[in-house]
Amino acid sequence: MARIIVITSGKGGVGKTTTSAALAMGLAQRGHRTAVVDFDVGLRNLDLIMGCERRVVYDFVNVINQEANLNQALIRDKRCDDLYVLPASQTRDKEALTKDGVGRVLDELSQSFDYVVCDSPAGIEHGATMAMYYADDAVVVTNPEVSSVRDSDRMLGILSSKSKRAETNDEPIREYLLLTRYDPLRVQSGEMLSVKDVQDILSLSLLGVIPESKAVLSASNSGVPVVLDRESDAGQAYGDAVGRYLGEDVPHRFIEAERKGFLRRLFGG
Amino acid sequence: MGLLDLFLRSRPKGTANVAKERLQILVAHDRAERHRPPYLQKLQREILEVIRKYVEIDLNAVSVNYEQGDTHEVLELNIVLPETARHRA
Repeated sequence: MARIIVITSGKGGVGKTTTSAALAMGLAQRGHRTAVVDFDVGLRNLDLIMGCERRVVYDFVNVINQEANLNQALIRDKRCDDLYVLPASQTRDKEALTKDGVGRVLDELSQSFDYVVCDSPAGIEHGATMAMYYADDAVVVTNPEVSSVRDSDRMLGILSSKSKRAETNDEPIREYLLLTRYDPLRVQSGEMLSVKDVQDILSLSLLGVIPESKAVLSASNSGVPVVLDRESDAGQAYGDAVGRYLGEDVPHRFIEAERKGFLRRLFGG
Repeated sequence: MGLLDLFLRSRPKGTANVAKERLQILVAHDRAERHRPPYLQKLQREILEVIRKYVEIDLNAVSVNYEQGDTHEVLELNIVLPETARHRA
């Protein structure tokens, strides 16, 4: 049985797809058979971030409607044998993801994978609720910014009331905070909410802090999950987060600003 | 960054603390709202309609509060009648 992980946030543009791609790749690289599923029906983007957009033949909705079987729709990653992508459909019919249909596909994925990563669309509408409904774990992606934090809190409310685990009184979804686009320098100068501020408000277990990084854009430009960029701070931070998710005790990095020497502070630079 | 910045940096500035305070209030409010039963607004409206059959009052005169304790729930209704209540019936 696979563990189903939803990557969610409420607010758009905070890094859900970047995170889905990075965590899925990170898990697969450690030898766990992983499928990453795009729930953003109508606005398919995960395939682009994963760099497999030209290999999409069938999609999630085709599988739900039994126009294709799962093996025909799954795209195997060219860099990692244990990673598969299930792309979203471009249909405008938002109701194409039925609760039963999604359940059936996730069940089938569960039989052959260790982890199924569900990339949720923004908002709290149908697609987002479908992405989280069957989840065992939730990674709430949050920027250190007021609207993102508020939306994350609303999403936590939905996770605890509208998921299958909530409806069947099962053990609740395990919730993790992933803080992205973090800028330690701006935090130090009091311009940006700190990790502690956000944790004080959301009281979630901290999966990782991803620093604001040029590597993220350049990774998505080239269709390479940023976790593969081992030189970059963001890539390393995602790697750490994967380790923590798997239960390793990895100290947090990239939270403190680099200390500048006295002379550099005095004369700038 | 120069000499002047070094002195300016010594006192706390920035707006992160404002953000945190606003969020704490907002999130507490959101959470309280979330735990309220969904029928409260309708209940308030219907109670208002019933009272208006007899006394002229406005919407704000009826408040419906809901509180949840560990072992009990309290539904509190507060109806303020105007000093010179005009009886309709």
